[in-house]
Amino acid sequence: MDTGTAIFLSILIPFAAVFTNLIFRNSPNLRDGLTGAASVLAFLCVLVVLYNEGNGTSEEIVWFQVFPGIDLAFKVEPLGLLFAIIASGLWIVTHVYGIGYMRGNNESHHPRFFACFSFAIASAMGIAFAGNMFTLFLFYEALTISTYPLVAHKGTPEAIRGARTYLAILIGTSIGLQLVAVIWTWALAGTLDFTNGGILAGHIEGPMVAILLGLYAFGIGKAALMPFHRWLPAAMVAPTPVSALLHAVAVVKAGVFTMLKVGVYIFGIDFLAETGASEWLMWLAAFSILAASVVALTKDNLKARLAYSTVSQLSYITLGMALATTMGALGGGLHIATHAVGKITLFMCAGSIYVATHKTEISQMNGLGRAMPITYGAFLVGALSIIGLPPFAGSWSKWLLIVGAADAGQIVMIGVLMASSLLNVVYLLSVVGRGFFLPAADPGKHDHGHGGQDDHAPEGEASAMVWGPPVASAVLCLVLFFFAGDVAAFLAPIAEPAATAVAATN
Amino acid sequence: MATETGTAQEVVHQAAALADHLPMLVVLVPFVAAPLVVVLGSRGLAWWLAFVASVVSTVIAAALLARVFDGSVISYAIGGWAPPLGIEYRIDAANAFVLLLVAGISTVILPYAKVSVAAEVPKKNHTLFYAAYLLCFTGLLGVTATGDAFNVFVFLEISSLSTYVLVAQGSYRDKRAFTAAYDYLIMGTIGATFFVIGIGFLYMATGTLNMADIADRIAEQGSNRTVRAAFAFIVVGMGLKAAVYPLHLWLPGAYTRAPSAITAFLAGTATKVAIYVLLRFFFSVFQPGFTFTVNTLEIIVIPLAILAMFAASFIAIFQNDFKRMLAYSSIAQIGYILLGVGLLTATGLTAGIAHLFNHGITKATLFMGVGAIVLRVGGSWYDRIDGLGRTMPWTSAAIVLGGLSLIGVPGTAGFISKWLLVQAALEKGWWPIALLVVASSLLAVVYVWRVVEALYLRVPQGRAAEATDPPLMMLIPLGLAALACIWFGFDTRVTIGASQMAAEGLLAGSAGMLDSVGASSALPLGAGH
Repeated sequence: MDTGTAIFLSILIPFAAVFTNLIFRNSPNLRDGLTGAASVLAFLCVLVVLYNEGNGTSEEIVWFQVFPGIDLAFKVEPLGLLFAIIASGLWIVTHVYGIGYMRGNNESHHPRFFACFSFAIASAMGIAFAGNMFTLFLFYEALTISTYPLVAHKGTPEAIRGARTYLAILIGTSIGLQLVAVIWTWALAGTLDFTNGGILAGHIEGPMVAILLGLYAFGIGKAALMPFHRWLPAAMVAPTPVSALLHAVAVVKAGVFTMLKVGVYIFGIDFLAETGASEWLMWLAAFSILAASVVALTKDNLKARLAYSTVSQLSYITLGMALATTMGALGGGLHIATHAVGKITLFMCAGSIYVATHKTEISQMNGLGRAMPITYGAFLVGALSIIGLPPFAGSWSKWLLIVGAADAGQIVMIGVLMASSLLNVVYLLSVVGRGFFLPAADPGKHDHGHGGQDDHAPEGEASAMVWGPPVASAVLCLVLFFFAGDVAAFLAPIAEPAATAVAATN
Repeated sequence: MATETGTAQEVVHQAAALADHLPMLVVLVPFVAAPLVVVLGSRGLAWWLAFVASVVSTVIAAALLARVFDGSVISYAIGGWAPPLGIEYRIDAANAFVLLLVAGISTVILPYAKVSVAAEVPKKNHTLFYAAYLLCFTGLLGVTATGDAFNVFVFLEISSLSTYVLVAQGSYRDKRAFTAAYDYLIMGTIGATFFVIGIGFLYMATGTLNMADIADRIAEQGSNRTVRAAFAFIVVGMGLKAAVYPLHLWLPGAYTRAPSAITAFLAGTATKVAIYVLLRFFFSVFQPGFTFTVNTLEIIVIPLAILAMFAASFIAIFQNDFKRMLAYSSIAQIGYILLGVGLLTATGLTAGIAHLFNHGITKATLFMGVGAIVLRVGGSWYDRIDGLGRTMPWTSAAIVLGGLSLIGVPGTAGFISKWLLVQAALEKGWWPIALLVVASSLLAVVYVWRVVEALYLRVPQGRAAEATDPPLMMLIPLGLAALACIWFGFDTRVTIGASQMAAEGLLAGSAGMLDSVGASSALPLGAGH
């Protein structure tokens, strides 16, 4: 199978799953089985692309022309391929988890849920393989629209409010700022193709570079850069599988992935370094990292805490781009992968706790670790990876980011990354600590806000379909530690040609 | 064998001869069908005649567009009386595109109208209803096809008078349709009067009624007070018909109260045709270089367009009736079109013309969706449409697609024209305008999402709980229109191609009589004239 077909199928298969879910709405096993098969097939297609890419067979695949000079086109490059592998690979895990969660929780509207979920994955695949900014923007918006029903899923006033915030910020920033940035880029450079070394050098100068970068940085709302981060905590009203795959991996990673793409292929790392246009973004990202961590500390709701942790971690990647060094960009790219496996583990554990006990607040979770050792063990591994301790994956990306900061001569940024790690320790490990070491709360004192659900006493784990996936992703955190070097080497080409291009001009 | 070949040649020859008359036939077919409907007096036949006439006109319009797609101009002299003395029909990319839009929307809407009208208008009126519809259709096509200024007025009145009747037919569902039709009658008549006064001044100044000829004379004699007065009268008159903010007051009432199918048809076509006439006068009759045109566009039209984009969108947000909300949204969208025109660049004009088409199909989709809801639930108030996503899934899905196109989400028709519009503003260096365009798109998100939330996130009550999707006769046209909103979001060969060609043609200024001779002689016109 050639790369073009594989890309086509990796988008089409999840898209087809949208319709199988709607058509077989009344036969749950067939429906979920087909979607599961689709997730495996989509992953295989991505692997085929990876295999072909290894043989150096990648080139631009044009579907058709939309505007004169602007095509709906796809192109394989390391960052996108990495994103595609993560999103499609974790889709398999999350689908299994999603079936367990949705059935275990008696949630309603399964067909709509899984249909929108599949649509979101198809959009994520489109983003990953997009060959130009136009194609990326198209799928970026498709991702927003398709995840909206998932956030509003429960239909409660709270869910509707959350979904409104979600849509308002994501659509507002993307149409209000990003679209302008994209069209401006097109008007300046006459192309939107992702090109090594960027396309803007020589077309724009002075403070306008920083303004254009600002339009992109704030316009890519999915990267949750402060002050446009409110949608992410708001999205936590969605069922946990959504929070796990979409709001820890696919959607937010689509955001920072776009951010990296813009930095590396639209502006070009060297162009950013020369003009210093990204310096303000670096400071904002640093602020975002620390502020979101501090806010996370104050959150008692576990998913809200994880959401703010995500806001903070996403800014690591934005920071990596804004450092405008090769190592920074590489660290950012690697962090997409390591944070994905770490954070999805944490979210799936939160969901596992919810299914087993219907508890959402950390203060209610005292002593749960002894009743649910597998879930809490997986949570601990995920947390350590996010904090950045060896032997877990997160340590490498943090390492590269620190090296990147050192390369850029930004000593303060090293301090920021260190301080953030310490904050991570406090807000993540306290959850584990409460679970294992504090005595369980007196059942009589339960918060009656969850009235009638107290029969879910902490008697043990939920079904294997719920605790199995987080364990699998926790193992991935460990495995990725040993293969991080390979991933980094795989990503290396994103910055190389830019360097040679500069060498040539010198 | 020989005779057979002879007959075949004869047929080919006749077909070729017929092909020369396409510019007139596109108007003539529905024009003849209208009295035929009345004379035959059969309810069953009335719809069929209207539908066949509409299909034929669509095919002809498509053929005409194909012929002028390369930028050529077809000049057709009615009855063989050579212009400027006789009436000339002049087809170029700009009006062939509008002809296709009008005829295409009519063809899609008629099957839908059959069911919808049967439910909303009493049986005894059906025959006359379709006759009026055909006249309205004829008028719109005629206004678009003709190259004669007075002929524009004649067809304008044909379409307007029949539109007043059609709007008033909504009175069987809602008595307020009478006042709406009456409002429209008064305003429309004022508009038409202004327009004909303007034509009168032009005749006074130039002694001719042929648009291309007028253009030549104005170019020769330059601007004077009579010409400027003519310009002002024409712009205001047509501005009323096009519902240019703040001359839009007739529109919300007429759109809200008219029978559903008529609203869908008018929203997609009537204001669009009026805008086309404005374009024709701005650029072909008065030259684009005519400083008065430039000043009017920059000082009056652009600010009004921006005002429309915001004021009408804000009003749309606070409506409680889905149909009325869409009507205000139309006024805002007309602002986009005029903004593109006002930029006075090739890209801007392309954006305006493309949006004229894209918004036409988008609004037709949405109004058809509302019509389906009205059929099942009896009204389009927001509290009545609650939860219809569950009980009318296909209708709701089509409405969502139309809504996305209205916002301008990528992958929809609306996105294409908004992209072009922002691009045009940026190319001109008017970045605040670009920001205003996207900002007002965000207002569209708000008013569209009110509908989406009502449809999908509330529990259906009363009639909504028992509603079902409308019959296939309505559902299929609705689905087709919704798919067109997506289709033209990806395949832009026709929309952008024709818009670009039209924009180039318009910006090149009037091909005056001299050019027109050159253009028509280049075409294989039959010896018949």
